[in-house]
Amino acid sequence: MTIMLDPLVTAETWAREGRSVAIATVMETWGSAPRPAGSHLVIDGEGNFEGSVSGGCVEGAVITEALDVITSGAPKMLDFGVADETAWRVGLSCGGRIRVYVEKLN
Amino acid sequence: MRLDHLAELNAARRSRKAVILITDPASGETEVLVEGQPVPAQLAEAAEKVFRSGKSGLIDIDGRPLFFNVHLPPPRIVAIGAVHITQGLARLAPVVGYDLTIIDPRTAFATPERFEGVDLVADWPEDVLKERLLDPYTAVAAVTHDPKIDDFALAEALRCGCFYVGALGSRKTHGRRVERLLESGVTQAQIDKIHAPIGLDIGASSPEEIALAILAQIVAAFRRRSLSGGAT
Repeated sequence: MTIMLDPLVTAETWAREGRSVAIATVMETWGSAPRPAGSHLVIDGEGNFEGSVSGGCVEGAVITEALDVITSGAPKMLDFGVADETAWRVGLSCGGRIRVYVEKLN
Repeated sequence: MRLDHLAELNAARRSRKAVILITDPASGETEVLVEGQPVPAQLAEAAEKVFRSGKSGLIDIDGRPLFFNVHLPPPRIVAIGAVHITQGLARLAPVVGYDLTIIDPRTAFATPERFEGVDLVADWPEDVLKERLLDPYTAVAAVTHDPKIDDFALAEALRCGCFYVGALGSRKTHGRRVERLLESGVTQAQIDKIHAPIGLDIGASSPEEIALAILAQIVAAFRRRSLSGGAT
């Protein structure tokens, strides 16, 4: 068996333990995005997380949004990129842009 | 996402089945498509394309952008030879997410003590590969130096379109191997797909370093493979 960490397996395990879970997914990328479409970051209600949607540039912001999504139950689409500094405090230093979908696991 | 959909997705991945999770970002609704099972007509064309390319992305279906997240089976390695190099490979392969099977009929080499926790088969490749079929998601590395053990596995790997086929040995050893394979009916074009000498040229010296060079070459072959299939 592989010992590679798998965010989707972690999400299922956490949910079965009764923890609240949000799943963030890279849905679109432009330019030099560090993680391809389909990459996941999973977050629990206490801010524990596994996986990645960038090279560590925007994970902090995604986790904050994920906690909102867990509370509200409503999914969100987040845009990150160097051009979006007014909309988001964090950006991608590599110059790419990514769109991240955050949803609650029900 | 629904937990039962996530569980279905993870179950398919565990059993080495290609699977797509479709998400409608507008509604949050999800759907799971497992390869080989019936697919709703309006999704069939997009699903086939995504299964073939292995690339996830948003696709317009009847004017709605749906996200197709495809999970192909993880690549695995079949190593011929329970030798020092494959002891190193057994430690490195799990770190990058590759499953590993080691085949060697020499029971002095293929012992559980030397390969704790490894899928190890102490039998001839001719017999093992009849039961455990090679596929395009499999890499084959033949490292025994013994033609009686290596040759069949190499020919079989080429026949099955394995994404990587590598063989240990000097250029001289490989020259003799090429002659034997040609005699046995393997074409020159197929033989040219064998990586020999095996491993990326990183100046590897120890068995563990050679294992790393082989693994790096396998990763490169998988990431750069053509979709028309076969070793690169």
